[in-house]
Amino acid sequence: MSRMNTVATSRMQTLARNPVVLALALSLALAGCASKKNLPNNANDLGLNGNGVNGAATPGSTQDFTVNVGDRIFFDTDSTSIRADAAQTLDRQAQWLAQYPNYAITVEGHADERGTREYNLALGARRAAATKQYLASRGVPANRMKTISYGKEKPVAVCDDISCWSQNRRAVTVLGGAGM
Amino acid sequence: MMKCSMIRLLVLLAGMLAGFAAPAGAVVEININKGNVEPLPIAVTDFVSGNDLGAQVSAVIAADLKRSGLFAPISKTAFIEKIGNPDQAPRFEDWKVINAQALVTGRVTQEGDGRLRAEFRLWDTFAGKQLTGQQFYTQPENWRRVAHIIADAIYKQITGEQGYFDTRVVFVSESGPKTARKRQLAIMDQDGFNVRMLTNSNDIVLTPRFSPNRQEITYMSFEGNQPRVYLLQLETGQREVVGNFPGMTFSPRFSPDGQRVIMSLQQDGNANIYTMDLRSRTTTRLTSTAAIDTSPSYSPDGSQIVFESDRGGRQQLYVMGADGSGQRRISFGDGSYSTPVWSPRGDLIAFTKQSGGKFSIGVMKADGSGERILTTGFHNEGPTWAPNGRVLMFFRQNAGAGGPQMYSIDLTGYNEQVVKSPAFASDPAWSPLLE
Repeated sequence: MSRMNTVATSRMQTLARNPVVLALALSLALAGCASKKNLPNNANDLGLNGNGVNGAATPGSTQDFTVNVGDRIFFDTDSTSIRADAAQTLDRQAQWLAQYPNYAITVEGHADERGTREYNLALGARRAAATKQYLASRGVPANRMKTISYGKEKPVAVCDDISCWSQNRRAVTVLGGAGM
Repeated sequence: MMKCSMIRLLVLLAGMLAGFAAPAGAVVEININKGNVEPLPIAVTDFVSGNDLGAQVSAVIAADLKRSGLFAPISKTAFIEKIGNPDQAPRFEDWKVINAQALVTGRVTQEGDGRLRAEFRLWDTFAGKQLTGQQFYTQPENWRRVAHIIADAIYKQITGEQGYFDTRVVFVSESGPKTARKRQLAIMDQDGFNVRMLTNSNDIVLTPRFSPNRQEITYMSFEGNQPRVYLLQLETGQREVVGNFPGMTFSPRFSPDGQRVIMSLQQDGNANIYTMDLRSRTTTRLTSTAAIDTSPSYSPDGSQIVFESDRGGRQQLYVMGADGSGQRRISFGDGSYSTPVWSPRGDLIAFTKQSGGKFSIGVMKADGSGERILTTGFHNEGPTWAPNGRVLMFFRQNAGAGGPQMYSIDLTGYNEQVVKSPAFASDPAWSPLLE
């Protein structure tokens, strides 16, 4: 599942009039996980802070970061390795954060539901730490970054197959946010 | 300091009822080590009382015994003799003819001081003898507890093992859609009655576990977006953070003496196991690996700790001394193992096993041998032991949009039952026997 697909999914309701987004949402539905099952993660995911008109995000806004940069990366099953596609997203995040140095970030680590609760808390933390470490290697100062793990407790996609699990194994970079 | 006001709350006066001495060698008994036993037919008569309470007490007793899988309460419609005076010996022939091998009679009365007096006798109908008889005094609102205590006494008399009916369960009550679940800590009697919510916020709360004195629980909360281990006093509702750690703390459990909390501390990508002494507030680090070490659980004598670690690549079970010494892997089956819990008897360790896309609950001996799977399915997780080490509870999530439910299962793998709860429920933790 690509980053763009999930971004489209989580933003469908606000951006549904944008034909590009509609096309992406359609491709997601064909990929096997009914789009109606996917609900936005939180206000940030909805881009409520960006005030973009018809999907055109204000540069430097949360919406700009979420849509144009990509706020999340995905992991393979039980893995914390930064995949090549994820590295590209994180490179863009690092560039954006260098351009807008006033933002602090929290990296939220998540796991899919196919694991036990306590282990998944640690696995999510490990994913957040790997993400933070990668961003640090691309020049984001450590003191601008916090991490938090939600384990398997906050899925964004709900179904019983890999199309959903692969979206839930993620690290989400939240501007501001709360972590340790 | 720990308070024991629950004990005061239930003023319990137990004594053997005079007149019918329990015989040395009871004829009616269940050998529960044989595996799948034939449940013992038992007649639980309505306790004599001036109101509905007598029938309610006997219904709770019969339900406890039935749920254990070891007893088959006989329908009251089959009863021939109506017990009018529980101080007199019953007409054994009337009970033998309906094949009631054991018979329970009793009485509930209101004392002049407002207290409830409950007394019962357990009879061996084929031997024509009383096996035991006891009486209890309590506050009227505790009538269900008295019924559970009587059920425990019957269970113990006939099986030779401690009962587990006068116990409670803490768990995570879950409501709302999966993507926006509300989770609350909750407590209830083991039969699903007297549910009480312990928290009510939108913070995620997970993995509650009882202290050995049953008066407090330790759990994990995301309060203030700081995922940490807490203590909660059940009587007062007072809460406190356990320790001042520089990262997420999770997966807490009490030591058997209640003096320490053992838990995991997350630092960067690794989780290691620490204890905090609740009196001195000193912390001790027990594991030190570049891995995820979590789900620690003490042996009942406090000398050893079982935990899970992925230091070898996948989650496996390890045992170490209480000081962290001698860490060794004990699980070697096909799959990954997690959430180990040491049996209160000390002989077995229960676990979650993931293999072939399925999640199972199983047990193995403390040295890792003798693995037995009790139940397998889409997702079973997080076993907890009844205080007698005979029954396990866990939670199950079926495929689909619904939520988790709690189940109990006998150590033999038989008698799987839904544990009723008002909403979706996960992370059950069984209390020790109440006092």
